[in-house]
Amino acid sequence: MFTRKLSLLCTLAMAATGPGIAQENSSESEPPRTVAELPERIGEYDERAPMQPPASSAQSVGDINPDNLEFGVGQPATDEQIARIDIDAMPDGRGLPPGQGTYAEGEEVYSQTCAACHGADLEGNKDIGAPKLIGGRGTLTDAKPVKTVESYWPYASTLFDYVHRAMPMNAPGSLSADEVYAVSAYVLGRADIISDDPDTTLDADTLAKVKMPNADGFVSDPRPDVGATK
Amino acid sequence: MPRNKRFSASRYGPTERHMAESLVEIERQMLAGAPDKEDCECKEGMFNGLTRRNMLAGGIALGGAAFTAGQATADAPPGAFEHRVQPDPTKEQGRTILDDGGYGSRSQFENEVRWRYPTASLDSSWSMTPLASGHGVITPSGLHFERHHAGIPAIDPKTHELILHGMVDEPMRFTMDDIKRLPAVSRICFIECSGNGLTEWDEPTLKTVQGTHGLTSTSEWTGVRLSTLLEMVGLSDGAAWILAEGADAAVLTRSVPIDKAMDDAIVAYAQNGEALRAEQGYPLRLLLPGYEGNTHIKWLRRLEVSDKPFMTREETSKYTDLMPDGMARQFSLEMEAKSVITFPSGAMKLPRPGFYEITGLAWSGRGKVTKVEVSTDGGATWREAALDGPVLPKCHTRFRIPWTWTGEEAVLQSRTVDETGYVQPTLPELVDVRGLNSVYHLNAIQSWHIAQDGEVTNVHA
Ligand code: HEC
Repeated sequence: MFTRKLSLLCTLAMAATGPGIAQENSSESEPPRTVAELPERIGEYDERAPMQPPASSAQSVGDINPDNLEFGVGQPATDEQIARIDIDAMPDGRGLPPGQGTYAEGEEVYSQTCAACHGADLEGNKDIGAPKLIGGRGTLTDAKPVKTVESYWPYASTLFDYVHRAMPMNAPGSLSADEVYAVSAYVLGRADIISDDPDTTLDADTLAKVKMPNADGFVSDPRPDVGATK
Repeated sequence: MPRNKRFSASRYGPTERHMAESLVEIERQMLAGAPDKEDCECKEGMFNGLTRRNMLAGGIALGGAAFTAGQATADAPPGAFEHRVQPDPTKEQGRTILDDGGYGSRSQFENEVRWRYPTASLDSSWSMTPLASGHGVITPSGLHFERHHAGIPAIDPKTHELILHGMVDEPMRFTMDDIKRLPAVSRICFIECSGNGLTEWDEPTLKTVQGTHGLTSTSEWTGVRLSTLLEMVGLSDGAAWILAEGADAAVLTRSVPIDKAMDDAIVAYAQNGEALRAEQGYPLRLLLPGYEGNTHIKWLRRLEVSDKPFMTREETSKYTDLMPDGMARQFSLEMEAKSVITFPSGAMKLPRPGFYEITGLAWSGRGKVTKVEVSTDGGATWREAALDGPVLPKCHTRFRIPWTWTGEEAVLQSRTVDETGYVQPTLPELVDVRGLNSVYHLNAIQSWHIAQDGEVTNVHA
């Protein structure tokens, strides 16, 4: 028994790699554990407790009878719950949120939240992997094509959608819908896709109507294009 | 020794460093006796009520054997602990069972690691599987390639939910527990990033097979068929696409044809018999067997059914294939048949002429591999390789063929055929049709040149 305990002790020492280990006094201010605890010991032989069957979140599991193989799991998602994470915008404007922003406001947003990475002239910064956002029109057949929002992207909705969900890289998802409309107006204005008049305004309606220069530049997958027969 | 010196950032990732530092700290406290803390009740669950006094006793009693592990972790390769190597392992007891805490690690003598392609951004980057040393078809979970667009989130499965909505009869949300209550399926299949090989179009660029082909890996994946979930919510008429969205900081999204979703898509929570690794999408990822890796959305939180594709950034700006006429192919989702010799491969040096088993991997996103041929003379003549069975559809398939290297120059190539009859093309055949700017989907025959001194190099032949 003694040796068993000893090896157990060593076991535990080796297992203890989490941040909590060196902290002996669990004070009130300690953040909640964010790691799993080892399975509990049970029974005469100190076995490790197995996982427990997962419990359904369903309010009711339906008829309990041997012929009913309904799963009885999951819950209806309410409109509100969906709205909280349903952030995508589609080319026809579906999903674009209410709000609006002007080129002038966008210039402000850009200089404050984007320029540090994408450059004052939207030229990008190779050293940090921030792509060039404008330019490159007419280069898609060149030896070195320049693919940007301006030259390559087929839909303005993608710009809104992507900036809204993933930019700025250092604080993703931090911009309001108004700010994203504004900065989209600025980028598209700088790209000469829409007017760069300071008052040019984008909202759900006008953004969906923007025709991108490369809108017709895509075809669906025609493969297999080589190697089909031998 | 100062921490930063002992666990230099250049050698150790933050996780390894943290792990190593924690272990050293434990050991330090033990050796110091930590008298003021001796009688504390250690953390519930972690120490099961044992006191530090007991622990200390254990440590001292066993001396070197148990604690060298902690002591020397910093010098062991990631995923390994340095254990004392006995001068004669037949003459003393080996280390104690469960001194690993109940979760094993690899041998301290094994050192394969993923290699990160040096993208400028660390947040949006990729790491590649060391295929050269791989065996069989399964990639160890810790060596599965990674592609992240915004780092690796740590997500508590207790709070994670998957919402299905859009063109469905009844939108639903599922907790992880809900998903685990549903009938499950396991299947072994590869995931390959369509950017695998993107450096190799123009000229041989990376030296190793890890660099040229390491964005493909195979695991056994377990989860719920996506069709099971879609049947629960009920698809509306006209449903044609489904948006999959991740809960990472890129909130990564891809549109998937509904036919694929209903066919063999899996919402996976396990990989190689245990929960997904965090970097593989813990707690939940989409698995679309045979489709390009980017569509297998990790940290899956939302599925929205629609009549049209969503045209996300990852299916317009990226993951589209620009052709010489300036048009770009979109939704090029299937990974076409491909193979590569993993041994011998780039940057190896054959020690001397003689027998070698040439081996490698073949796979197709359209089904099973039916044949692999190998050439040792740059494609002039071909011999059929043996395939390790069972050959699974949309899965890495291991091929092998014996070869005696005479010491003459040689060019090794492999070429696979899949069950649709598709033959893996040569690079000139691909470039002829697609030009040099399509970035993605390079599945051409790979050539390894063997020089007279045995040096193996990546060449275009
Ligand atoms: C901290 C640096 C940083 C900041 C600030 C930043 N970005 Fe980015 N941006 C990046 C990086 C890096 C990428 C590439 C991400 C990738 O490839 O996964 C990127 C990608 C993009 C893209 C996609 C480009 C393409 O061709 O695919 C757009 C559009 C964009 N950013 C717009 C913006 C806007 C608008 C802002 C300000 C609201 C902004 N970014 C702020 C770093 C940044």
